[in-house]
Parts: sequence; C-alpha cells; structure tokens
Amino acid sequence: MTAAFVFDAMLCLLLVGTAVSAVAGRDLFASIAFFVTYGILIGLAWLRLGAVDVALAEAAIGAGLTGVLLIGAWSMLQRRCGDGGNDPAMPVLPKLAAAAVSVTVTGMLALAVLALPVGAPGLVPLVTENLSESGVGNPVTAVLLNFRAYDTLMESIVLLIALVAVWALTPKELWGGVPGLRQHARPDGVLATFGRLLPPLGLVVAVYVVWAGSEMPGGAFQAGTILAAVWLLVVMAGIAEEPRMSSRLLRLALVVGPAVFLGVGLVGAAFGSFLGLPVDFAKALILAIEFALTFSIAVTLALLVAGTPREGT
Amino acid sequence: MNLAEAFTILFVVAGIFFFVAGTVGLLRFPDTHTRLHALTKADNLGLGLIAFGLAFRMPDVWGVAKLGLVWLLAVLAAATVAQLVARAALDRLPDLDEKGGAR
Amino acid sequence: MMLSTATLYALCGAAMIGIGVYGFIVRAHLLRRVLAFNVIGSGVFLFLGALGYRAPQAGADPVPHALIITGIVVALSLTALAVALVLKHAEEAGRAVLPEEDREET
Repeated sequence: MTAAFVFDAMLCLLLVGTAVSAVAGRDLFASIAFFVTYGILIGLAWLRLGAVDVALAEAAIGAGLTGVLLIGAWSMLQRRCGDGGNDPAMPVLPKLAAAAVSVTVTGMLALAVLALPVGAPGLVPLVTENLSESGVGNPVTAVLLNFRAYDTLMESIVLLIALVAVWALTPKELWGGVPGLRQHARPDGVLATFGRLLPPLGLVVAVYVVWAGSEMPGGAFQAGTILAAVWLLVVMAGIAEEPRMSSRLLRLALVVGPAVFLGVGLVGAAFGSFLGLPVDFAKALILAIEFALTFSIAVTLALLVAGTPREGT
Repeated sequence: MNLAEAFTILFVVAGIFFFVAGTVGLLRFPDTHTRLHALTKADNLGLGLIAFGLAFRMPDVWGVAKLGLVWLLAVLAAATVAQLVARAALDRLPDLDEKGGAR
Repeated sequence: MMLSTATLYALCGAAMIGIGVYGFIVRAHLLRRVLAFNVIGSGVFLFLGALGYRAPQAGADPVPHALIITGIVVALSLTALAVALVLKHAEEAGRAVLPEEDREET
C-alpha cells in the first residue's frame, strides 16, 4: 500500500512537471518532446487506474500520433515560414490574471473531488450484470460496441468529418493530389530497412489486438492506430507513396468502417432497435464491425496526420 | 522469497542501474553523438535485463515470448532512431575535422 | 489521512487542467495553444478516469474508459484539424501567431 502510494505520488509529480515543461518551456521543440514524454507517463497512470485499454490508446494516439503531428507541424513552420516557435511575451498583469483563472479552475475541481463519497462503484454492477448478453468478455469493448455503440458510430463519423475539413484546406491547384510532404529517405538507409522489417510484424500485432479486444484489453482504435503508424513509417521510409486524394479506392476505404457499422445498426432497427445486437450473433457482428472499423480508422488517422497535399519542396 | 523472485529482483535492479547510467550520460556528455552512445548502449542493455528479470514472473512461455518481442522491437526502433538522430546531428556539424571529431 | 489512488490521480488531473488553461491563455504561438489544449484534454480524461476507480474492489468502471478512448481519438482528429489550420494561417501570415496578439518578440 505505502510503496504503491509512493509510486503514484512520484508519477503524479512527474506528470505535473512534464506538463509544466511542455506548456511553459521556451523552446518549442523541447516543449513537444516533453509533451510526448508526458503522454507516455499518462499511459502509466492509466495502468495504475486499472484501464489497460485506455493506456494502449493513450500511448499510441495521445503520445505517438499527436507527437508525430506536432513535430511535423514544427518542422513545416520552421522550413516554410522561418517560425521557430517564439512567443510574443504577455505583460505581467494579464499573466497574473491567467494564473488566477487556472488556480481557480484546479481548486474548484479539487474541492469537487474531495467532496465526493468514497467507494461508489459507478456503473460497474450494471455492466457486469449484462456482460453475458454483449457477446464479448472485455467490458470496455462491450460498452464501446454494444451498450453505447451509438457513441462509437458517431465518433467514427466525426473522424471522417475531421478529415473532410482538413482536406477542405487544400489549395485549388493541388486538389486530388498526394497528401502530405514528399519524403526523401535513403533507399539503402536504416529507415528503409526498418520500414521493410516492421510492416509484417505490425500487421500481425494489429490483427491480434482487434481479435484479443473482445476478451482482453485491445480493440479497433488501438489496432487502427498501430496500422496507421506502420503506414506512416512506410511512407516516411520512402518505400511507398500516399495514395492520391482523388482515388476512389481510398475513399471507399475511408467509409467502409462507418458504413458496415451503420448497416448493422439499420438491420438491427428492422428487427427491433437501432444498433441492438441479437445475443446469439453479437460476437460475430461486433468482430465484423471492429475489423471494418479498424481498417477505416487506420486509413483516416494516417491521412489526418499527413494533412493537405503540398507542392514538392 | 523463492529463487525466481530473487532472479527477478536481481536482474531488474541491474537493469535500472544501466538506465540510470544511460541517463547520467545523456545529461553529462557534451554533444549529441556521445549522448546517443550512452543512451543506446546503456538503455538497450538495461531494457534487456529488465525484460529478462520479468520473464521469471510470466505464467507461461507465451508471456515470455511477448516480453522478448517487446524487447526486440524496442531495440530495433532505438537503433534506427539513434542512426537517424546521429545523421541529422552530423548534417548540422559541417566543420568536422579529418578524424571526425567534433570541431 | 491517506489519499486513495483515485483521489490522487483525480487531483493530478485537476492540476493538469489548470496548467493547460494557463498555457492556453498565456502562450500566443498557435502550435503551443494546440499543445496546451491537449494538456487540458488529457487532464480531463485523467480526472474522469480516476473518478471511475473510486471503488477498486469492484473493479475499474468500463463506461468512463470507453468514453475516454472515444475522447482520445476525437482529440487527435481535432488536433490534426487545428494543426492544418495553423499551418494554413502561417503560410498566409508568415507566423503562427494571431495578428492581434503579435506584440514584440521576447
């Protein structure tokens, strides 16, 4: 108990320290590096809170993909605009006001936490009671794809809309082109070797994570992120090029996940309730949705990180 | 405490020692390449020792195999990234002397 | 009094929200704002997740976990949109700072 408490307290101190360094640091690149470290540390915090599914998602998305996105943006700003990340200084008085606001927010949240009753089980009994009807053994997957499937369906569509919005920023003359920057990697370099070595392994791990997600921690989002990361590596290593935005196959890949999800939901509506999965077929339906969703999530995430097409540099 | 637990403690502590050594090198060495040297050498060994120590606590051989896979992937990624960082740092040092020493 | 694990991490989440809010107001560089916004987001997630762990003997509450996984993915997609907008703005204006906040350099 005490040793665990010491570990938790140290982890919280590290979290606060890296968050302060990420937000207040002078050098933008160092701030981003601190942010990635901070994301990995939050992953550890999730393990301490019994949330292995969230830890996987946080490490892959919160630290990994967000880090790639921010470092990419930093390098683009530097090369395109000569913007090294310098901030105009804020006068002292507004700074103090901002500090007061932030302390008030934290203080009120802290008071709210300390006022809560201890030992409330929340929705745990309700989920445990109905888990046998969900078709899967991992309660988080049961919530995501059965009990609250509505949220997940909406989320997959939000992802798609975010990509449409990013694509809408494409300059007219580049519309339909290859997303992101053209990559220059040495064809015989270490990155190219790594880019050839990792994809088969990444594919196996991703399929395993979806499959295992029905009984153990894992699932479509974590697996989709793994696939997206592998694809980004392949592109960065110069082994393959991003598909053109105008490709019909690509657009099909983007919508197949949400479409299968919506289709299952509509069939459910014909037999009773929208997104209501019959107990006997629940596991097969969930796995079908998850595999389609994993594929679409992977494509969408990879394209979100690549951004809009840019003329060759 | 049985023998397996003793092995776990021994190897994990040894692994932590190498991580600390690598971190000290990162903080104390003067330039990118010597820092990378400290990091890659010490941390890869440290991770290997920790993975080996934890292998004694795995319930079955599959758990051990997964640990081995984690170690292998981390070492591969670390080696690749170290090469890339070293090359990027080299590009920023145009005035190397003949022997490749920094300035 | 010993803090429970859940309370400790919820307080840590509250601190991270405060840190993020401060950075979001004070730092004018747009990429730093995106970063600060992500710090606020992960603070909210940690806060919510910790509240779902107030009865460890019953197990961690899977409903907040599912909400948080959803939230992490949505946060990434909005970060990607924000980054694309920041880059577009910087291409037009030459700097990733809003014009009305472009005071003297530090």
